[in-house]
Amino acid sequence: MDAIVAQELRKHYRTVQALDGVSFAVREGEVFGLLGPNGAGKSTTVRVLATLTRPDSGRAYVAGEDVVAHPARVRAAIGYVAQDSGVDWEATGRENLLLQGRIHGLAGRSLRARVDELLELVGLTEAADRPARGYSGGMKRRLDIAIGLVHRPRVLFLDEPTTGLDPEARAAMWVEVERLAREQHLTILLTTHYLEEADRLAERVAIVSRGRVVVEGPPEELKAGLRGDSVTVELDRLDGRAQEAAEIVARIEGAQETVVEGDQLRTRVPNGANAVPAILSALEARGIPVASVTTARPSLDDVYLHYTGRDFAAEDELGGGR
Amino acid sequence: MILRTVRHTGWMVVRQARNLMREPIWIAMMIIQPLIWLLLYGQLFSRVPQLRGDASTYVEFLTPGIVCMNAFFGGMWAGMAMINDLDRHVIDRFLASPASRVAIVLSQVVRAGITSVLQALLLLAIGYALGVRVHGGAPGWLVAVAAAALLAMVFAGFSHGIALLVRREASMIATANFVGLPLMFLSSILLTTRTMPGWMQDVSRYNPVNWGVEAARNAVVVGGAWWTNGQFLLLLAAAAAVTTAFATWSFRAYQRSL
Repeated sequence: MDAIVAQELRKHYRTVQALDGVSFAVREGEVFGLLGPNGAGKSTTVRVLATLTRPDSGRAYVAGEDVVAHPARVRAAIGYVAQDSGVDWEATGRENLLLQGRIHGLAGRSLRARVDELLELVGLTEAADRPARGYSGGMKRRLDIAIGLVHRPRVLFLDEPTTGLDPEARAAMWVEVERLAREQHLTILLTTHYLEEADRLAERVAIVSRGRVVVEGPPEELKAGLRGDSVTVELDRLDGRAQEAAEIVARIEGAQETVVEGDQLRTRVPNGANAVPAILSALEARGIPVASVTTARPSLDDVYLHYTGRDFAAEDELGGGR
Repeated sequence: MILRTVRHTGWMVVRQARNLMREPIWIAMMIIQPLIWLLLYGQLFSRVPQLRGDASTYVEFLTPGIVCMNAFFGGMWAGMAMINDLDRHVIDRFLASPASRVAIVLSQVVRAGITSVLQALLLLAIGYALGVRVHGGAPGWLVAVAAAALLAMVFAGFSHGIALLVRREASMIATANFVGLPLMFLSSILLTTRTMPGWMQDVSRYNPVNWGVEAARNAVVVGGAWWTNGQFLLLLAAAAAVTTAFATWSFRAYQRSL
C-alpha cells in the first residue's frame, strides 16, 4: 500500500502558482525525497500533506486518509517537522515532548517513559531539563524530530531537515535520519534542496520544479538514465566570453545540455575521456584559456538539468521564499 | 468534544503560565507597575477632591480603578504572546497535530484572566495597607476581582484577534496604543465621570473599561448597588464572548492564509 499519494495538487498564493499539478506516491516504509530548488513548491506540498494548507484542487491521501476530508485522522497518523523549528523556547526539551504527547492522547507513566526514550534516541537526555532557548541549532532540530515522533506516527514529514545547520550537524542529522528509517518502521518524506542529501538518504526521489514533479525514481536509476559523462570545465579570465565558450563546446560532437555558470562550464558527452581533448583544443583555438577539466558520472544536478533545461544552482538562487 | 477542549485549554494555560514564570523581569514588572500607578496617581490627584466622587480619599477611589486599568492593559497586550508563538512556528506545529483549535486561542484569554486575578488580589491587599477598605465585604472582593478577570479577557480576546490578523509586533503595538489610551481616558479610572464633559459621559457608558471600573468601584467604595454590578459583569461576560469569538474567527482566517 502507498503511505502517501498526491494527485494533481494545485495551490496558488495571490499571483504565485506554488503547486501546479503535483503528483507522486510514496510506498509504505520508504524514505522518499522531494528534491528541488528553493521556491519549487516542496514545502507547500508537505504543508498540504500535513493538513496545514488546503489545496485549491487535487487530492492527497496520507496513511490511507484524505487530507481534506479527514484532516483529524491524518494528524493522528503523522509527525510533521517543519522547515522552521516549532520548539517552544521557554519550555525545556522534556516539557515540549510531554505537551505534544498529551495532545496526542498519551498520559501518565507510558507518556513519561516514551519521552525518556525519545530524549535518549535523539541524544538530549543531558539537556532534557534545560529550557530549549539555550539549545544549539542542531539540538533544536533533534528536539523537533523527537516531537514529531512522540506518538509513534506511521508517516514522518521532514521539511528541509538540515537547512541552517553547520556541516558537522548536517552529517550528524543524516546519520540520525538513516537510523530512524532503519529502526522505527516509518515512512519518511523529506524535502531538500541539497542534491547530495537526496542522493544519500532517499530510496526514491521526485524532482520538483516550478510546482510540478518533473521526474520520479531511485537516484541511481535517474542518473543511470542519463548516458555518458558530465564534463566540467573551469575557465580562466573569461572576460564576458561565457556565451561564446558555451557555443563552442555545444558544437562538439555528442555534447548536450551545455551550460555556463560563473567561471564554470558544464556539458554532458557520451564518453568523457574522448571528449576532453576535443573540448580543450576547440576552446584554445579560439583563445579561451582553461584552468581545469574534470569528468564525472552524471549527478542529480545533471538529472535536473536534463529534465528541466535549467541549472539547479541558478534556480536555487532565484527561488527563495516558499 | 467539550471535555477535550477543556483539557487542551488546561494544558496550554499551564504552558503559557510556566513560560511566563521563567521571566523574572516580567514578574517584577507585573508587580511593580501597578504599584507605581497606585502610588504615583494617588499622590498626583489626592489634593483635588472633585475628582474622587463619593470616595472618602482619592486612594480609595483610585484602587478599584487601577485594578481595572491593570486588567485592561494586561489583556490589551496579551496578543504579543500569540505573535511570539506564530514567529516561533509553535502554532503551526500545533495545527499539524490533533490539538484543539479553540483551545489554542481560548487558553490565551483564560491565561490573561488568571494573571489579572492575581494582580487584582495583590493591588487590593496593597490598598488595604494604604487604608482602603472594601466596603462590599466578601461579595465586594468577588465583584472587584471578577470585574478585573472579565476585563482582561475582553481585551485579551480583542488583542488576539488583532494579533492573528496583523501577525506583526510593530502593528500590534500601534493598534494597542491607538485603542488603549482613548479607552482609558474615556473611563472613570482616574477621575469620576461627573467631571467629564457631557458627550464624554455618554460615550463612556458604552466603554467596556468603564463597565468594569464602575462595578469594581461600587464594590469597594459604595459597598452596594449589587443589581447594577451584576448587570455590568454580565455585559463584560457578553463582551468577552464576542471578542473571543472574534479571536477564533481571526485564527481561522490565519489558517486559511497558510
